[in-house]
Amino acid sequence: MNHQRTKWTLSSVSLFVLFLLLSALLLLPLFAIILGSLKPSTELLRFGLNLNIDTAVMSFKNYISLFKDPFYFTWYKNSIMITVLFTVLSLLFSSMVGYGLAVYKFRLRNVIFALVLVVMMIPLEIIMLPLYKLMISLHLMDTLWGAFLPFVVAPLPIFFFRQYVSGLPKDFLDAARVDGCTEIGIFLRIMMPLMAPAFSSMAILQALGSWNNFLWPLIVLKSNEMLTLPIGLSTKLTPYGNNYDILIAGSVLAIIPILLFYIFFQKYFIEGMTAGGVKG
Amino acid sequence: MVRSGSRAESSLTGGKQVTKRNNILYSQKLAPYIFVLPFIISFCLFFAYPVYSTVIMSFQEVFPGQVTFVGLDNYKELWNPTFFKAVKNSTIYTVLTLLVLIPVPLVLAVFLNSKKMKAKNFFRSVTFIPALISIVVLGIIFRLMFGGQETALMNQFIGLFGLEKIAWLNSASTSMLVLLVIATFRWIGVNLLYFLAGLQNIPHSLYESAEIDGASTWVKFTRITMPLLKPISIYVLTISIYGGYSMFVESYMLYAGNKSPNDIGLTIVGYLYRTGLEKGELGFGSAVGITLLLLTLAITFIQLKFFGMFKREE
Repeated sequence: MNHQRTKWTLSSVSLFVLFLLLSALLLLPLFAIILGSLKPSTELLRFGLNLNIDTAVMSFKNYISLFKDPFYFTWYKNSIMITVLFTVLSLLFSSMVGYGLAVYKFRLRNVIFALVLVVMMIPLEIIMLPLYKLMISLHLMDTLWGAFLPFVVAPLPIFFFRQYVSGLPKDFLDAARVDGCTEIGIFLRIMMPLMAPAFSSMAILQALGSWNNFLWPLIVLKSNEMLTLPIGLSTKLTPYGNNYDILIAGSVLAIIPILLFYIFFQKYFIEGMTAGGVKG
Repeated sequence: MVRSGSRAESSLTGGKQVTKRNNILYSQKLAPYIFVLPFIISFCLFFAYPVYSTVIMSFQEVFPGQVTFVGLDNYKELWNPTFFKAVKNSTIYTVLTLLVLIPVPLVLAVFLNSKKMKAKNFFRSVTFIPALISIVVLGIIFRLMFGGQETALMNQFIGLFGLEKIAWLNSASTSMLVLLVIATFRWIGVNLLYFLAGLQNIPHSLYESAEIDGASTWVKFTRITMPLLKPISIYVLTISIYGGYSMFVESYMLYAGNKSPNDIGLTIVGYLYRTGLEKGELGFGSAVGITLLLLTLAITFIQLKFFGMFKREE
């Protein structure tokens, strides 16, 4: 971005106002739910979610009830465990595969790369039934591993790592070989540090995807103490609105860590989330 | 390629006794296969096998312990009003999201990229925030904001214009509107970023020479910006079509489960979920999945053909 000073002209003012309005609209639902989390659940049920501020009834009671809920923090813990395991494993595997595709010329290279693209093109929804059957026969139903294992070797990060490594200089690889470095050693000690920026943005992409993931964990996780945060919250959503305290305060606590991360690692969020658009 | 033991021993990594087995570690022929092994395993187990199995199942009636081949029966059964409703809902949703989520972010990106724009980075960051929030939380928020009460936010808003309160989630047209609002809210910033990245790849010199030739802003937009944004637009279009046709969770959250009055929120994936998982008809559900796959592939194919993507190689 260039930082040359722009003058305040009529058009720059109107553009500024337009984006100010847009930003306000986009932040409004967030504001509404934070405000709602401070209101008693009976109010929410009666009046719906709105921006009315009534300090007389507002309190942190909903947050306190989260601590009384037997499962909320179990779900939180499950979400953190799945997110960490999934992110670490998925980065390890996809960086290996992406690196292998970028560095070596071997017979199956193009075939495998084409298969990576095929996996990327087919939405999960189409194979969710046979995968569900497979999870039953592998005894992975209602386990944390089952909630992410089928997707741990992820095509988009493979694609991203491949593109990234293709752009790195490789002259010193042969020098390392002459010095007696193993092929795995070259990857672990020489190339991995060079791939650090790609790791950062892919870590964000995978962690965010996992934290917010819904459909697959909904299918695999069944018992209350195994659920992740999104699934647990969705079970609290009933047409009768009797769980609004947990639902609203729990939702706010689920998005706060992401927003904090976003403030500090914005660049990697944006790179990671738009990784699909990198030129092939 | 086998290295001698003494060579490796005296190397930087040395110190270890290099046996014949360790020489595998130096093989440049074998190494790539070790690196891609995780993908091969995962592809066979979690992709190729499920695809094969869903195709087979779509011709079967699958009940625990009892599988019968039924030929095309599952596909014939798809000819029913509920499935048509799901296809119709998914199609309307996809078309509406395309109509909003391509032109609006494109124009906004052009604005954000303009020299006259101030605080670019700030606005870019803010518009992206909705994409960070899980659909579950979004569903909860929007369900309550579009509540039927007179005091719910959206009814308060239309009340400002003197309109009566609406039970948003009870009629087909307003519930589609709510789904569209959620999609717009969630994806506008992401699509804006895609277009912005595309715009920043256009060399400045093109605009400068056009200005020398006296081209107007409109001419520059239609003759330089639009054609050069074609690749990224096609990408956004493709992922939007896929995203639109596989929409499910938004509707699931909005209606507190995979059930809506008169199925006004039922999508193709919702139907797949209902038949395959809720009713346990894995064979019929598979037929729904295969139909969805063929539908999206056909649309993508037509669209790529239309944009002439098959003409040139990369």
